[in-house]
Amino acid sequence: MSNNKTKASGGFLDKLNNLTDTNLLLTITVVIFFLMYIGAMIFQGGGFLKAQQFFNLLNTNAALIVLACGLSLVMITGGIDISVGGVTALVSMCCAVYLDHMGGNVFVSVLVALAIGLAFGAFQGFLVAYLDIQPFIVTLAGMFFARGMTTIVNTKPFNVANEAFTKLKMTRVIIPGLGSVNRKGDYIDAYVEIGVVVALLVVVVMFCLLRWTKLGRSFYAVGGNRQSALMLGINVKRTRFLSHLLCGLLAGIGGYVYFLHVGSGSPSHAMGAEMDAIASSIIGGTMLTGGVGNIAGTLLGVMSLGTILQIVSAAGLGEAWWVGITRAAMLCLFLIVQSLVMSRKKK
Amino acid sequence: MQKNEVKKSNENILMRMVRNQMFIPLLALAVLAIFNLIADPSVFKITLSENSAGNPVLSGLLITVLDNGSELAILAIGMTLVTAASGGQDISVGAAVAIAGSVLLRMLCGGNSRPEELAMPIIVAFLISCVVAMLFGAFNGVLVAYFKIQPMIATLILYTAGRSIAAWINNNELPVITDPGLSYFGGFIPGIPIPTPFFIAMICVLIMFLVLKFTNLGLYTQAVGINENSSRLNGLNPQIIKIISFVILGLCVAVVGLIKVSRVQSINYSVIAKDIEMDAILAVALGGNALSGGKFNMAASIFGAYVIQFLTQTLYKFKVSADALPAYKAVVVIILVVISAPTVKEWFGKMTKKFKVKEVA
Repeated sequence: MSNNKTKASGGFLDKLNNLTDTNLLLTITVVIFFLMYIGAMIFQGGGFLKAQQFFNLLNTNAALIVLACGLSLVMITGGIDISVGGVTALVSMCCAVYLDHMGGNVFVSVLVALAIGLAFGAFQGFLVAYLDIQPFIVTLAGMFFARGMTTIVNTKPFNVANEAFTKLKMTRVIIPGLGSVNRKGDYIDAYVEIGVVVALLVVVVMFCLLRWTKLGRSFYAVGGNRQSALMLGINVKRTRFLSHLLCGLLAGIGGYVYFLHVGSGSPSHAMGAEMDAIASSIIGGTMLTGGVGNIAGTLLGVMSLGTILQIVSAAGLGEAWWVGITRAAMLCLFLIVQSLVMSRKKK
Repeated sequence: MQKNEVKKSNENILMRMVRNQMFIPLLALAVLAIFNLIADPSVFKITLSENSAGNPVLSGLLITVLDNGSELAILAIGMTLVTAASGGQDISVGAAVAIAGSVLLRMLCGGNSRPEELAMPIIVAFLISCVVAMLFGAFNGVLVAYFKIQPMIATLILYTAGRSIAAWINNNELPVITDPGLSYFGGFIPGIPIPTPFFIAMICVLIMFLVLKFTNLGLYTQAVGINENSSRLNGLNPQIIKIISFVILGLCVAVVGLIKVSRVQSINYSVIAKDIEMDAILAVALGGNALSGGKFNMAASIFGAYVIQFLTQTLYKFKVSADALPAYKAVVVIILVVISAPTVKEWFGKMTKKFKVKEVA
């Protein structure tokens, strides 16, 4: 960790070797993202040349950004949480039922979402941190529980027709100066949905939390080496608990952002979102073994994944299986890169 | 004095029973059986009737458990080995079953999705699907053993891609086989009233039993699971052992793929063997095997698999929909892992000690 301060001398490779793991993985992500996006601009042109394409990427992936932030946090602490997709589905279903069938108000529905997320986070965190059960098993059960509960709450998918909610859903933030002219010659403003604002806020808050607060640094310490963190006087159990709690909270927020984007409740919502979130985190340079990671990388990871899926479907490989295979191949590639980075350290 | 001794020996028997690995699955089975008896005794009725082909077949809830639980039992064999060797679980088995089934159908059809005749004998197609499934198992194994990725994350890759690959193998078509020969594996062989999957499972169990008895596989697997470094110092190759365990799981997956495909004579990529990974892990956990690796008890896992299926069928009986089922099973998993957590065990130990001290005082 400390070798980034040693003076970099000599060639490019030396400089690379002197980077910390976090920075090295972040650099790889940044390079890959820009290469991919510029490549798409050159070879596919069309939509990728418009600014709105970029904002649409944000619009569709806003919820994923929030979920991936939570996962990065847990993974930096050395754990994992695969219940986030299930929680997202449960949150959107509960909010949809509450808003549509019970005619509730929007503000309370946000509270419902947060409460569900916190409940999952607190329970799983307790089992993982204080009873020392493998996080994967606990959150696997959490995922199945959330998916099952979603169908118990309501079996059929439906759209929400609540007025206040629809208004909120349709709220768009216009970005000046980046609009484009459509075929008819009308000028259309570039926009992002309200969820994107929330997601970017979450990114900023999490970035600051991890970088400059005592709690944030203790997440890294616990993930890096639990034993030495304990000797530093960090309350390891509480830190692990808090990481899961925060991840649960973010899953609640992410669930609501997702709900804002789709505006409906369905048991099949956010299928595989946990895999996407984990993949984005890994692509963004968060190490599964803990102690290494960066929220800025996570944001880029989500965008990279979004871009490559966009490229795949734009390239005419629209069949559903290509998307799945590409996603897995990308995850596999980055896992192997990480593994190589780890072995570099040992040499 | 004498009375005290008798009491003590009684306690010992009780303690030994509780300590036995079979205790939890047996207890679970007893609870389920009693619950069923109270709710509706007719579930234990087994009737002999004729199926659509005119053959005598047994039917009833227990037979269904034997039938469907066999797939789970076969997977539990492989999953136990993987758990013991790598200290993690393979969550891609459901997706891998889809791949194995898809390969099997592709081989049998040979490009035509509604074949009049099979393109090759079933046994050849099955062997090819075995090889493919074992290759995918080896892929998982290499990621775990050589790249040192946690098993659950490494198998996440196949979990994400598996069903897509399965669909891709058959060009997303849904081939239908009309040949009756295929239906025997997942149904009934004419003249035998007991479902075939049960026999297949028993063959697998027997083979595994012989392998464990006459080779060092079990010993080596446990050694690697307990301490990888010291097993390496003792001359074992932990990487190879881990890969072997994943390859064996691949073989089990192929057998389950055959049964699953045979049941419907076709395939549905997104539904086949859905959530079966959860059940397989649950079977291993219910069998009292540590999910963090090390020692294992194969018989307990297999028995656990049938108990899990019994639970599933009981839930179905009480009109729990298939989609809501995971929620109930998740609760069972949580209860199981909480009971077997070391911290909880310690706490229990302290409580019983305190209780005893009070009694003496």
